[in-house]
Amino acid sequence: MWWGRLKALIVKELLAVLRDPKGRTILIGPPIIQLLVFSYAATLEVKNVDLMVLNRDNGHWSQELVQQIGGSPTFRSIRLADRPAEIRAAIDNQRVLAALEIGPTFSRDIEAGKPAEVQMILDGRRSNASQIVSGYLSRIVGALSAETPAGKRAASEAIRVEARNWFNPNLTFQWFMVPNLVASIALLIGLIVTALSVARERELGTFDQLIVSPLRTHEILIGKLIPPMMIGLFHITIYILAAVFVFGVPLRGSLLLLYGSAIFYLAAVVGLGLFISALSMTQQQAILGAFLFMVPAMLLSGFATPIENMPSWLQPVTLINPLRYFLVIVKGVFLKDIPLAEVVHQTWPLCLIAVVTLSSAAWLFRRRLE
Amino acid sequence: MTSAPDNASAAVPFVRLSSVSKRFGEAPPALDSIDGVIAGGRITGLVGPDGAGKTTLIRLMTGLMLPDQGTVEVLGYDTRRDPASIQAAIGYMPQRFGLYEDLSVQENLDLYADLRGLPLAERGRTFAELLEFTDLAPFTTRLAGKLSGGMKQKLGLACALLRKPRLLLLDEPGVGVDPISRRDLWKMVENLTAEGIGVLWSTAYLDEAEACDHVLLLNQGRLLFSGSPHEMTGRVENRVFRLSGTVGRRRERLSRLLDQEGVVDGVIQGEAIRLVMKPGLTPPSFDEASSPRAAAAQPRFEDAFVDMLGGGPGGRSQLAETQRPFTADGGRPVIEARGLTKRFGDFTAADNITFDIPRGEIFGLLGPNGAGKSTTFKMLCGLLKPTAGEGRVAGFDLRRDAAEARNRLGYMAQKFSLYGDLSVLQNLNFFAGVYGLSGLRKRERIDLMTEIFDFRGIHDMSAKDLPLGLKQRLALACAVLHEPEVLFLDEPTSGVDPITRREFWTHINGLVEKGVTVLVTTHFMDEAEYCDRISLIYRGRSIALGSPDEMKARVAGKDLPDPTMEDAFIALVQGSEAKEAA
Repeated sequence: MWWGRLKALIVKELLAVLRDPKGRTILIGPPIIQLLVFSYAATLEVKNVDLMVLNRDNGHWSQELVQQIGGSPTFRSIRLADRPAEIRAAIDNQRVLAALEIGPTFSRDIEAGKPAEVQMILDGRRSNASQIVSGYLSRIVGALSAETPAGKRAASEAIRVEARNWFNPNLTFQWFMVPNLVASIALLIGLIVTALSVARERELGTFDQLIVSPLRTHEILIGKLIPPMMIGLFHITIYILAAVFVFGVPLRGSLLLLYGSAIFYLAAVVGLGLFISALSMTQQQAILGAFLFMVPAMLLSGFATPIENMPSWLQPVTLINPLRYFLVIVKGVFLKDIPLAEVVHQTWPLCLIAVVTLSSAAWLFRRRLE
Repeated sequence: MTSAPDNASAAVPFVRLSSVSKRFGEAPPALDSIDGVIAGGRITGLVGPDGAGKTTLIRLMTGLMLPDQGTVEVLGYDTRRDPASIQAAIGYMPQRFGLYEDLSVQENLDLYADLRGLPLAERGRTFAELLEFTDLAPFTTRLAGKLSGGMKQKLGLACALLRKPRLLLLDEPGVGVDPISRRDLWKMVENLTAEGIGVLWSTAYLDEAEACDHVLLLNQGRLLFSGSPHEMTGRVENRVFRLSGTVGRRRERLSRLLDQEGVVDGVIQGEAIRLVMKPGLTPPSFDEASSPRAAAAQPRFEDAFVDMLGGGPGGRSQLAETQRPFTADGGRPVIEARGLTKRFGDFTAADNITFDIPRGEIFGLLGPNGAGKSTTFKMLCGLLKPTAGEGRVAGFDLRRDAAEARNRLGYMAQKFSLYGDLSVLQNLNFFAGVYGLSGLRKRERIDLMTEIFDFRGIHDMSAKDLPLGLKQRLALACAVLHEPEVLFLDEPTSGVDPITRREFWTHINGLVEKGVTVLVTTHFMDEAEYCDRISLIYRGRSIALGSPDEMKARVAGKDLPDPTMEDAFIALVQGSEAKEAA
């Protein structure tokens, strides 16, 4: 009996989303845009850098340095300056990101085995890119310094560092980003589809119709929970296929673990959506509420910036964010063969969040009927 | 202009419509070659059910929208060429007031005065005049959103009158307004016509049409009639009868009468039956001893409208015929309300409402919007928790008792709340599933509904694309799929065309004969007449309880020998207010 009622509700929910042109747009548009924007445009790599050089030295070593920089794929162009004022103007107008000033005695000092100096000027307004470019330039200067007479002499006793990147040997940006997107698309779709579903019924007046029907509150809740989870799983699947076949991300771990934990993740997300939905009276409020949650949730998840970098008072806030846990699982399954114990460790908080959000949504629904 | 004689101003057409057509997308035309005139100095009624094209026609007159074909000429200007001149010379009050609910009455007036460019020097006098005219002077600081429906309409009217227009277009000013405010509003508008202003009053209430000087009757985008209301009612002159003395049997009798040759239309009117016959025929006599008496009755606009549409539907309800009967069980009332009270903060929406509904009765909660009838209705069907008192349906408290109790009731919400994006069949499947029908029985019931309501061929259409009449049928079908013994109907037929309304009530009457119990809310006086008993709800309290005839009898007197339901309503409300004041 109850199963028949529930089935009718689930079928209705799916049809209501799929038959509504707006609903279909939400299911197709944002996922494609997100995939394209985040995997191609929102890159954190620094490329195509413009550099200015004020070379006051005419010797061999300064030529060598400029040539080595020019040979690096990071830099797009090197402009030569005649006066320090030019550097100031170029950085000020953001024509270049960084500038090098090579002193007049640079080559002579090197030949003499004395410490030689180069000044690096960076645009602090673009702090992240500057930091990375500073790293690149330091590495080039370091390599050059190893070739100088003094450098060669010191080489035997110096420490050599050899870097190996595990899991993503070439630090391919998309290997990092696309698995993240698997988690974030489920958040986006899960939240919006759910948030809209109850608000839409409120606007149409069909919600009263549901309440006077024999469906009980928990049945309505389950009926509202399952369809967005199915849709979320569908999108997760599409994104996994895109990650593997379009972006060539390796899939090293177990899909079973990924889908198993995804169910709890989606339950937590949909619970949040239902909570927002129960709070809002119109579809507009529901959409606004969903985004009000989603933007901070993305930033506080470790999606783009590591949680460890956040101030210690902010870090506990991330503990209630389901995205935080699922990101670890998705990246783990893709890039390293994440073990079951670790998945369980990340999944139980998801369970807890789902229980809390779903029961508060249920409580709010009942209260709204007063 | 102020003292223009009636004949002279009536001769000047303020609006001239020449074969105006308008179409939206693929749907059938919203307006189909309409010709007509609206004259100054009188009230022209734009009459028709919801979806007939009234609002579209008004918007064409304002120049906010242009016709696909034909021309609209307003005050000598063509809407295509000179909409700005028209908009400067007319007053337009859209359906949903067009007020800013978060601004006070005075701020709304100021805003509209700015928008209409009313010179500052004239404002003081104009505001004072309008506030007096609309009786809103004591409420200038109140937020518009906190006004009652009637006061909102008056404020809307005041805003439309800031710069005295030559032509006033009112889009359904009577909706959501209690009958007393409606009469006030009407009087105000009549005063305006005395000054030579032309007024267009659009309405879905056919009784309002009778009071107009001139009527344009629209149905499904076509102009059915243009002329004076008397001319319209003239076509059924001497063909309308009132059958009384059919004690307790009127529904069953009506259903048989409707299938008889010569009967054009028939409805329940309190304890009596109102019949429209074909020309020259008298109502059929009965073979029984109960000897009903037939008396000629005053024809109404609605009688003529139905006659014009070729008569009402037959009296057979296949739905009721297939319904299993519910028999009386120990005389216990099916619906009980005991001191139902609901407070929202310090506002009492429903105050100590008590009534019983025995099996097989239609009980009406009658009252203007916001009076508390919906609150009472919602408490009974379990949508709201009463602050005090209790409600029982078939012996169950719907807030506490299990799903099985709710399986016994059917619910039809205001404005047909179906799932618009789902097809007809998907809606039926959903409601069948939710009410626990499955397998063979589900198929049988859905097939039966398809046959009764003629859904074959439209199974795959989205519910939102259905014409209004079909939506109404689908809503009823979904509500009765599971053969409920109690039906809750919230404003079931307001705004639908009279044929659909008759069809609907034929089914309900038939079901009631089989022992189904019906609770209906309505602000529609005609609909109240279909009820066995009504409770008149006003300002949260039940101020009268009884059959429609009893109510009318209570207010009948020397100056009102044959009061209508609306007269009864107004007299009872005024009586209760007088008692409160005393």
